[in-house]
Amino acid sequence: MFRFDSVTFLDILRVPSLTIESGRITSLLGASGSGKTTLLRMLNKMVSPTLGEIFYKDRPLREIDSVLHRREVLMLSQTPVMFEGSVRDNLLAGLRFRKEVYPEDAVLSAMLERVRLDKPLSEPVEKLSGGEKQRLALGRVLLLDAPVYLMDEPSSSLDEDTATAVIDRITACVREKNKTLVLVTHSGAVANKYSDDIVEIRNKVAERRGV
Amino acid sequence: MNGVRELTILQVALAYVFVLIVLAIVRARGIRREKEILLASVRMTIQLVLVGYLLVYVFENPNPFITVGIIILMEVFAVFTVFRKFKGRLSGALKRVIAVSISSGTLLCLFYFLLVVVRISPWYDPQYFIPIAGMIVGNSMTGISLGVKSLTDGMTVQKASVEEALILGAAPQEAVRDILNTTFDSAIMPTINSMLGMGIVFLPGMMTGQILSGTLPTTAIAYQIAIMLGIFGSVALCVILTIQLGIRTFFNKEQQLR
Ligand SMILES: Nc1ncnc2c1ncn2[C@@H]1O[C@H](COP(=O)(O)OP(=O)(O)O)[C@@H](O)[C@H]1O
Ligand SMILES: [Mg+2]
Repeated sequence: MFRFDSVTFLDILRVPSLTIESGRITSLLGASGSGKTTLLRMLNKMVSPTLGEIFYKDRPLREIDSVLHRREVLMLSQTPVMFEGSVRDNLLAGLRFRKEVYPEDAVLSAMLERVRLDKPLSEPVEKLSGGEKQRLALGRVLLLDAPVYLMDEPSSSLDEDTATAVIDRITACVREKNKTLVLVTHSGAVANKYSDDIVEIRNKVAERRGV
Repeated sequence: MNGVRELTILQVALAYVFVLIVLAIVRARGIRREKEILLASVRMTIQLVLVGYLLVYVFENPNPFITVGIIILMEVFAVFTVFRKFKGRLSGALKRVIAVSISSGTLLCLFYFLLVVVRISPWYDPQYFIPIAGMIVGNSMTGISLGVKSLTDGMTVQKASVEEALILGAAPQEAVRDILNTTFDSAIMPTINSMLGMGIVFLPGMMTGQILSGTLPTTAIAYQIAIMLGIFGSVALCVILTIQLGIRTFFNKEQQLR
């Protein structure tokens, strides 16, 4: 699905050679500040490599329209950013930006249930805690249909039970629909449990590692 | 109507009594602003006297080169006033956008106003050209300053939301829609408010000047309405140009935030 060819991003990260396979779950491991988020942002074209080339389905990323690409390679940010308004407004934000039709409230409520967020749709987002915002941001991304999902530490501010439940559901859903997932985590246990492939960043170099 | 009642130098000097009163008050209260007050009053006087003589000369010797030269000076002055206000906070690209927006927006409205609405002849008649250009450029400059402030503030404060919108697949124009609307609003509101209050809360300077110098109030009002609409059009056009061109300078061609 993705292929890196001698990629460098400033002096922060090098990816000499790497492929990310379609229809699989790839975990991205590395210490804090090692460049995991940066690598993810190169995949959805939020930033572009300083040197080298990334291919998506064998086409160079720089030839692909950035906006359309981000709709296909959908990222869940590390820190949840909320837009002004209610839980409903935030769930619908992605669809609003893409000018797609909104689903019924029942679909939205089911999504809240799926990400284990027990709040009414009309609740103003300012009242949510950090962990609740993170689950809302996840729900917002899962409402959008995309072949590739990039998730940047989706469970970092959740307690262990909720984290396990949420990641269980994400991975089950990805496998069921045959999607591709790149999951950033700093937990080796999570990586081993859920992923088909593991990529690790060490000393500013990203490389595939045996599972 | 009566002719104009000329003010003698002595009469003008009598108006300085206001300054003396204020000076006495600040001195008594220990507010150390005497120097600024004196400097402002004296500078204002000298500048206006010089401009007065300059205008007399220019009006008596109409010349297209002088008129064009003066309008260019005004534009340059307006552009650099905005730059100075945002010292060190504007990218080179945004500066170019500001210069292009002020000059094209004001010139377009100015020429439409003078040649289509007022129909002056010759086209460079300084008696009309210069004061009207001054009003249009001055007001547009204020509008653009407000717009640039709101735009740069918005892009700083709401950077995370803009970025999140891009991540969710928004086109840049969509990601910044709220910021652009707020910017347009804050840049254009003062002009709208002054139209709302005009004639009730205050009499605009140009009209007052014309009335004082003997023009029929109805004629002065007709001019005021026309010039107000001209100013409104120019402010709006300049602000729209600045916003639409300016917002692009925050993104690169791969639709990423710079
Ligand atoms: N556009 C950029 N310009 C300069 N430095 C950056 C940029 N993006 C990220 N960095 C730096 O790169 C390093 C890695 O960041 P990041 O990818 O967020 O790490 P991680 O997600 O693994 O914690 C950090 O030190 C960060 O400050
Ligand atoms: Mg990170």
